[in-house]
Amino acid sequence: MLLNVEHLKITFHDRDSRFDAVEDFSLSMEEGEVVGIVGESGSGKSMTAHALMGLIPRSQADISGKALFQGSDLLAMSRAQLRQVQGKDLSIIFQEPMTSLNPTMKIGRQVEDALRVHTRLAAGERKARALEAMALAGLPEPEELYSCYPHELSGGMRQRVMIAAALVLRPRLLIADEPTTALDVTIQAQILDTLKDINGREGTAILFISHDLGVVRALCSRVVVMRRGLIVEEGPADQVFYHPREEYTRQLIAARPTRKKLRGGGGHG
Amino acid sequence: MAKTICKRLGLLVVTLLLVTFLAFLAFSILPGDPTHSILGLNATQEQIDTLRAQLGLDLPLWQRYFNWLAGLFTGNLGTSYNYDMPVGQLLAGRVGVTATLAGLAFVLIVVISIPLGILCARYEGGVVDRVLTVLNQITMSIPNFLLGFLLTFLFSLVLRWFVVGSFSAATAQGIGDWLGYLFFPALAIALPKAAMTVKMLRSSILGEMKEDYVRTAYSKGNSKGAVLWRYALRNAMIPVITFLAMTIADIVAGSIVVEQVFAVQGIGQMLVTSIGNRDYPVVQAIVAFIALIVVVCNFAADALYRVMDPRLRQR
Repeated sequence: MLLNVEHLKITFHDRDSRFDAVEDFSLSMEEGEVVGIVGESGSGKSMTAHALMGLIPRSQADISGKALFQGSDLLAMSRAQLRQVQGKDLSIIFQEPMTSLNPTMKIGRQVEDALRVHTRLAAGERKARALEAMALAGLPEPEELYSCYPHELSGGMRQRVMIAAALVLRPRLLIADEPTTALDVTIQAQILDTLKDINGREGTAILFISHDLGVVRALCSRVVVMRRGLIVEEGPADQVFYHPREEYTRQLIAARPTRKKLRGGGGHG
Repeated sequence: MAKTICKRLGLLVVTLLLVTFLAFLAFSILPGDPTHSILGLNATQEQIDTLRAQLGLDLPLWQRYFNWLAGLFTGNLGTSYNYDMPVGQLLAGRVGVTATLAGLAFVLIVVISIPLGILCARYEGGVVDRVLTVLNQITMSIPNFLLGFLLTFLFSLVLRWFVVGSFSAATAQGIGDWLGYLFFPALAIALPKAAMTVKMLRSSILGEMKEDYVRTAYSKGNSKGAVLWRYALRNAMIPVITFLAMTIADIVAGSIVVEQVFAVQGIGQMLVTSIGNRDYPVVQAIVAFIALIVVVCNFAADALYRVMDPRLRQR
């Protein structure tokens, strides 16, 4: 088993208030599996992802439960131990490709970053590996993009740069936190294809987080539906999509814009 | 890029013309006549008129300004009324002193504030950060002439590390003498500005550390120190550079006051004396010189800005 999360609970604490972002979350994933987490905003899905990735400062939140990744508990690790895993076996891409890249650092250096942290490769070798990852992420002419700055690229391209940077060390698990939400529909479909392709070629397991059940169905074999920090429903993607057991899941599906609705001209914008 | 540079250079020239003209205008409005300080109060009207004609003071304002400008381009800054010496020669020895003082002050600001700003941000809320925040508040609120008195008292009168008024560019032996004496006045100018820069850099870094790209850096396994140095610092420095460029004007202004306190014979001291004597050619030259420094430094800061931030390069 690649990942086994048991009773994850995340409580944010202020000076005088406490708030459970995630109350009880459990999930197990096999090597190479693609699993989706769906829920509306505030359901705790992104918090779950960030907690697994070790990105929630421990001073801000209490995180309890277990998250065994390749046999060791991510939640019990020291910061130093966690840094050994971050960006190497476990990677993440974020929702905001526009702001997730450093505006004053060249693309190439950002793609190479994990190599710089985790390996002692020479500069030339790092570049070769970076170009390889950029090609894998579907970036055309990586050699040229290597010395570009983020502002010279479109949103879709930037998300591909993020994917390349996340994959440069061939992690076993890629957490994709709403990676296509900020992109338009055509680009969204292309990015999904790329992720599917990477999963097929490299065997990278993907934990895909989205508010859009349709997008999740297109990519994932299994789906977890979350609401207010709890798991509402879980099962094979098609089953959840076509035969939802829970009312909430049905609402999520109904909330999706479909072709019929769009043709009716009822769009909002 | 070339277009931008030309535009900036044009702006630079216009600024200088405006500043020097305003200085001319200010002195024609100001009460007091240079002939009084030259001839004394008992001079006859005839003597005064002759001298005014000699000095060209009977010409209209714009004509005097153009004469001065024409002189500037031929390297002739006029003759000091008071010292009866060419202004260029009079200032030559003093420009170096003030430039050294200002340069030293600027170096001190950078050397003091950048490491401390980084330290405060790195260990936010720690002992160093909290102590420095209090010290900063105090240092920022002390005017530099008072700081000058305090430094003089401590290092000259109590510790006897230097003797006030002992410095003269003519007798100074080598660079050691210069820096040794000018260090303290430079410190008096630098400390309040350094305190502000520490505060600014600290909050700029802390602001950057909350950005999304910093979260990306953490997700790659970077330590907090690495994230700060390799990611946040460069972005955090961009507003600080603008601030530092603006402080250069303040440094020059500060040196005028601090030169008085430490009896440093620089152009600041000369400026104060010359305004009192209505020695317009000297004042005019110094004003033009200070304006030139400020404008050139801003130009340099702008260029550096472009180097630091690739997003600005194409515009």
